[in-house]
Amino acid sequence: MATIRIPPVLRPSVGGEREVSAAGDTVGDVLRNLSEAHPDTATQLFSADGELNRYVNVYLNDEDVRVLDGLDTVVGDGDTLVILPAMAGGR
Amino acid sequence: MSHVSGQELLRRVKEQIKEVDPAEVTQLIGEGVTIIDVRETEELGAGKVPGAFHVPRSYLETRIEGLVPDRSQRVILYCASGVRSAFGARTLMEEMGYDDVESMSGGFTLWKDRGYEVEVQRTLTPEQRERYGRHLLLPEVGLDGQLALLDAKVLLLGAGGLGSPTALYLAAAGVGTLGIVDGDTVDLSNLQRQVIHDTSRIGVPKVESAAQTINALNPDVKVVGYPTRLDASNIMEIIEGYDVIVDGVDNFPTRYLLNDATVRLGIPVVSAAILGFEGQLSVFKPQDGPCYRCLFRQPPPAEMAPSCGANGVLGVLPGTMGLLQATEVIKLITGIGDPLIGRLLIYDALGTEFTELKIRRDPECPICSRDPGDIADDELGVFPDYDAFCAASG
Repeated sequence: MATIRIPPVLRPSVGGEREVSAAGDTVGDVLRNLSEAHPDTATQLFSADGELNRYVNVYLNDEDVRVLDGLDTVVGDGDTLVILPAMAGGR
Repeated sequence: MSHVSGQELLRRVKEQIKEVDPAEVTQLIGEGVTIIDVRETEELGAGKVPGAFHVPRSYLETRIEGLVPDRSQRVILYCASGVRSAFGARTLMEEMGYDDVESMSGGFTLWKDRGYEVEVQRTLTPEQRERYGRHLLLPEVGLDGQLALLDAKVLLLGAGGLGSPTALYLAAAGVGTLGIVDGDTVDLSNLQRQVIHDTSRIGVPKVESAAQTINALNPDVKVVGYPTRLDASNIMEIIEGYDVIVDGVDNFPTRYLLNDATVRLGIPVVSAAILGFEGQLSVFKPQDGPCYRCLFRQPPPAEMAPSCGANGVLGVLPGTMGLLQATEVIKLITGIGDPLIGRLLIYDALGTEFTELKIRRDPECPICSRDPGDIADDELGVFPDYDAFCAASG
């Protein structure tokens, strides 16, 4: 099981949790399992063609999965995925 | 132990060392010889020999190796008259093993009498030396760092949650010019976190309220107020000439507009965002690291962009994030440390967790992969349909 760090905008979709765990051997599997367990996250993470939305970044530990193997990046048991949507609040 | 008079000691020292005439020193400036002014700081008001380093006599032994690690380097010391520099030269030669140290005869007094070129060293007023004393004690900041801060022009986008603490501490640190862009007036609901304003200023334009607080804190700071909202029509005019921009704006269109304009002008941006109990921070320094579009190629749609509407925020959170921004600004101005370039810091206040992520420069970035001069006015901050979309939601 990998740990997934949930950003504030997605927390209502996972029952308010800051972190959840999901199974899967690749980044894509883990995120798909997340979106099955918490269906409200699906449209926020994935576009209609099943790719990651361009405004959402996903990091395996501290590295952007887009510079690794994208959704095919292999995920180990102790790894952490960070979901990072852009934020703009400042006031 | 036999005792000698000061005069006799000086005579003996001068026999042991080499002296050099100021006329010869004029020929050695810029020729690879290290010239060191060993007078006290207070004596530098009338200037110094061009290119000379300044190390007060009392610090000479402890600082010389940092300045001149190579003991075979030719070094010339001078003071006001040639006495202190003679003692210094003997110490460096006899006790510290330097091979080639001379004392300039007649010192700076003779230099000036002969009308040789003088470099007037900028100094701080006695009041500034006291005000910034804790900075001056830090070798990493020191006089040069403080002068750099006093010369710096920093633009704050917003005197709100993030801008309030940033402006206060940058003003206290002596940043010489603080520009503030904010078109709002102070509202009671701001005061839970916007600590640069106060209850008596409700209804007052924020730039005016911020200027009052800053001027009361530090009269060295010149505040330039822009009581407006940054947009495509005014951005180039407002930001040009600033050394660093502090971004705490509350909407995506302005963040992208700012990114594109600052990449074009080569101005670093210290960027933070806050929501609820969480903050993000990074430094976007054009060409040295990724830009905001490398990090987020597209802004999120309105339902994932809570900045389009009002949201809760823990009042102290912008304080934490704003002061991290102020710290990065000071590092950029003084050139110390490792600024948060190519890295994104996430602060989760509830878990008291800091997470750092790598941000890579995108070789296909639509903005920063290009020649900055090729970025046209009508490309700045442009996203198909996005403005209409956020306006409709918000």
